[in-house]
Amino acid sequence: MADYYEKKDLEDFGNIGEYSPELGKKYFEYYGEAMKAGTLTEREKALIALVVATTQKCPYCIDAYTSQCLSLGISREEMMEAEHVGAAMVAGIVLAHTTQMRKIIKKKEM
Amino acid sequence: MSPSFADRVSSPLMAEAIGIFQVNLGYRCNLACRHCHVNAGPLRMEMMSKEVMEQCLRILESHSIPTIDITGGSPEMHPHIRWFITECAALKRRLLVRTNGVILLEKGYESFIDLYTDNQVEVVVSLPHLDPHVTNRQRGDGVFQKLIEAICRLNARGYGQADSDLILDLVHNPGGAYLPGSQAALEALYRHTLLHKHGVTFNHLFCITNMPIGRYRDYLWKTDNYEEYMAALVNAFNPAALGKVMCKTTLSVAWDGRLYDCDFNQMLGLPVCHGAPSHVSGFNLDELAHRRIATGNHCFGCTAGTGSSCQGEVAA
Repeated sequence: MADYYEKKDLEDFGNIGEYSPELGKKYFEYYGEAMKAGTLTEREKALIALVVATTQKCPYCIDAYTSQCLSLGISREEMMEAEHVGAAMVAGIVLAHTTQMRKIIKKKEM
Repeated sequence: MSPSFADRVSSPLMAEAIGIFQVNLGYRCNLACRHCHVNAGPLRMEMMSKEVMEQCLRILESHSIPTIDITGGSPEMHPHIRWFITECAALKRRLLVRTNGVILLEKGYESFIDLYTDNQVEVVVSLPHLDPHVTNRQRGDGVFQKLIEAICRLNARGYGQADSDLILDLVHNPGGAYLPGSQAALEALYRHTLLHKHGVTFNHLFCITNMPIGRYRDYLWKTDNYEEYMAALVNAFNPAALGKVMCKTTLSVAWDGRLYDCDFNQMLGLPVCHGAPSHVSGFNLDELAHRRIATGNHCFGCTAGTGSSCQGEVAA
């Protein structure tokens, strides 16, 4: 895993438009617009991004958004509280999908 | 680390004026904060002589430099500080003192708030973080609560109040190996939290990037964060911030009268060079106002993101 996820690769994020510069440019414009303060504050958006990063298990994003949360003065307790929202959501999503499992069980068992 | 600061700058960095005359009175301080680039502390003995202070005053009297910025160490611990502030105030310039805040509560120093009030001094207080634990980890046990008390006393004298001319600014420094966030967002958070949780107010928040020098550099090395921190500074290089760095309009005077482009170069022992006078005794405004600035890789600290200066962001 370490061979695939190298810390310094985060620095390559700015080059993701390589081989498709127009789409890359559009992505970064969209990213910039979505992340800047709007109705939600930069702090709220940083916490959302951090939780998405951990639930999606992206080491680059976890690194970037933990730092961003620290930079914005978000406390470790606030970050952990937000992570529990993510954890509760992921747990709920898993359990909600047991509906399919239970339906199949009920259909197939005698 | 690559590239170097010199590689990123297409032409030599040149000063454009001297708008801020920053005087570092010495490195003695009653605190020893972990982010301090000065390595200030109770055991430091360097202190500006009265002769150098008088030379500074003569320069200020004969040149219309608009801002006098007094720093340290803890300026209040200098034996001639009261006289120096009174003399500076008489020149009718913008006059700032950078205080650690805590000393304003210490026995023998309580009257400094009167001195600042009487002389219309702008007070700049270091309050690195709104979380007491983070501030105390950075600056020492019990510091956060003392800072709130000091700000309370300043507020009571009119500092930081909307209907007052007495300016109280706060300084945010990151409490670890990361860069400061947006000044606007942090200022809004500070304003709301300090008012609603602690009942205190202020005028502006300056977000200052921690420089990879002094005690902070030691911290980065000891925690294996140095390379990563430098990479973060380099990757965040912003040409717009380069155009507004404080050294273009600031001159830093050290305790021994040597002249520097900034307080950071002072700590690194990089005096004004390239032919401009390097001591107050040889002060020449024309030569210094258009001097070539001495740079190094630490300068990435002032050009990262929205930039950083003693007045906070420069390129928001």
